[in-house]
Amino acid sequence: MLLLRDATRFSWFALRANTTRTLLMLLAMSIGVGSVIILTSLGEGARNYVTAEFSSLGTNLVIVIPGRSETSGADPATMIGITERDLTLDDAIALTRHPKVSRVAPFNIGAAEVSWQGRKRETTIQGSTHELLALRKWTMTQGQFLPRADIDRANSVCVIGSNIRNELFGPRAALGQWLRIGDRRFRVIGILGSEGQSMGFDVKDAVIIPVASAQSLFNIPSLFRIFVEVKTREAIPKVMTFIKNTIRERHQGIEDVTVITQDAVLKTFDRILSALTYAVGGIAAISLFVAGILIMNVMLVAVSQRTSEIGLLKSLGASARAILNLILIEAVLLSTLGAIAGLIIGHVGSWAIRYAFPVLPAYPPTWATLASILIALVTGVLFSLLPARKAARLDPVIALASH
Amino acid sequence: MIKLENIHRNFQVGDQTVHALDDINLSIQDGEYVSIMGPSGSGKSTLLNLLGLLDPPTSGTYVLNNTSVTELNEDQLAALRNKNIGFVFQTFHLIPRLTAEENIELPLVLAGIEEKNRKEQVNEALVAMDLIDRASHKPDQLSGGQRQRVAIARATITKPSILLADEPTGNLDQKSGLNVIEKLEQLNNTGITLIVVTHDADLGARSVRSIRMLDGRIESDDNPGLA
Repeated sequence: MLLLRDATRFSWFALRANTTRTLLMLLAMSIGVGSVIILTSLGEGARNYVTAEFSSLGTNLVIVIPGRSETSGADPATMIGITERDLTLDDAIALTRHPKVSRVAPFNIGAAEVSWQGRKRETTIQGSTHELLALRKWTMTQGQFLPRADIDRANSVCVIGSNIRNELFGPRAALGQWLRIGDRRFRVIGILGSEGQSMGFDVKDAVIIPVASAQSLFNIPSLFRIFVEVKTREAIPKVMTFIKNTIRERHQGIEDVTVITQDAVLKTFDRILSALTYAVGGIAAISLFVAGILIMNVMLVAVSQRTSEIGLLKSLGASARAILNLILIEAVLLSTLGAIAGLIIGHVGSWAIRYAFPVLPAYPPTWATLASILIALVTGVLFSLLPARKAARLDPVIALASH
Repeated sequence: MIKLENIHRNFQVGDQTVHALDDINLSIQDGEYVSIMGPSGSGKSTLLNLLGLLDPPTSGTYVLNNTSVTELNEDQLAALRNKNIGFVFQTFHLIPRLTAEENIELPLVLAGIEEKNRKEQVNEALVAMDLIDRASHKPDQLSGGQRQRVAIARATITKPSILLADEPTGNLDQKSGLNVIEKLEQLNNTGITLIVVTHDADLGARSVRSIRMLDGRIESDDNPGLA
């Protein structure tokens, strides 16, 4: 029986003797493998990007939004014509009364001009409490965050992001200085060290003041959001029911808030983007099958070109099985080399994407790499079976006579 | 030893049956030197292919070295071909991408013999065929005579008992043709059975036994007594 090493060498020589044909097949195979890797890395990159954006909000987070996003039939509020009630600080306090709630941060937002000694800047002012720091997983470089104080105390203190600090104060010390926000004065007690985006705002541009101060500064009694951090993931449904019930009780039996979990939003995005990744990966895999059909074509041509050689091998005592193996090994060599070339193309391609768009973590998923190699090998072998069987069945007398 | 009894080989061409071999009875002893001659279409190549186990008979029995080969399957025939039969063709049939040495060792490769055990045999064959300085040349760098000697070396590398040559000098000039014939005869002198199919009357005359074929039958056999 023909040894594998010798068979491989024989097939390798056959491939080398037809450089153009071999290179074209390698090209087809490598483009197939490469496109699976590049496209899935794009999908995976998009998924990771979105997930990271949402995770920066913190985990096990429940968000309470004033107003209802769902339509219900016989809502008494619409019957009597009462508009929804404000989401108040007292509502926020009421939500702390559940054993599974670890933190509650009321949140307000508005735009105002911030100035210090003639330097001015328009920015977004966020009103909240001490709890926001841990909830957002922010860090401080200097000073402290908002003090632990009664939720409704309008202290005249503020915490600023690094951009605001640099633009208003330059090289001078910011801590302890009095800023003017709108028509009020606030003392700078801390500078945020964190970077990046949060809820669409750049943390470096943040100015945070106590929520009660924000309410009077912007003259809006209602809160923009209440963030509720739950101790465990399992407790989230219970806490959501608790929040709905509590608010309904406090708002005369009307459920006029929307409660969403960060988790749910994240999962939805995750599902959509995973499906997208699989879809583009699948489309790219079709090109691998096309490459497989190309291999079949070229191997069929190779078999008819080498008919007399196959006849000779039979006359020298090669069994049908040996001929079959020789052709299959040639196909496996081609697909393996094509897959390796495709891996290089794919990984260089996704590296280029990461280089061009640094925010997109376009790393190819392991399953896509493995699957594309596997499909390349399987199609290579599968589509070579027909030519290989054709070669193995050749009548040696007729094959030898062909020239 | 070769023994053919009532061998028929029919081909279907359209709706006509061609009797390429028509009731052949033939015995060839070990070490004989036989030439098979006859006009084109007389069935001499078909007989050679049949003797070389490339073509099965339509009916009849073929006993090779006490084995009835008509009962063997294709894999067994392939193995038997590898060990017992060497072919030399008019058109050499060398693989162009392999060197002389690699062409010669091909039957050993197909038999699954380890590389280290092949080298010595290949070297011996190269020396016997005066090809030692041509070992790493590709066929297109060799003369016709050298190519045919590579083919002979390949045909005999597994030390077969029978050497079948189909017009071995047909593509060669007279000088290298003679050289090739001398090599074949040398091998015959060492005990190998040599069967040559040829048109060439001079070549046919060199053999010890001469068989003439016509229309698929043996017309004359000048030494059937050996049978």
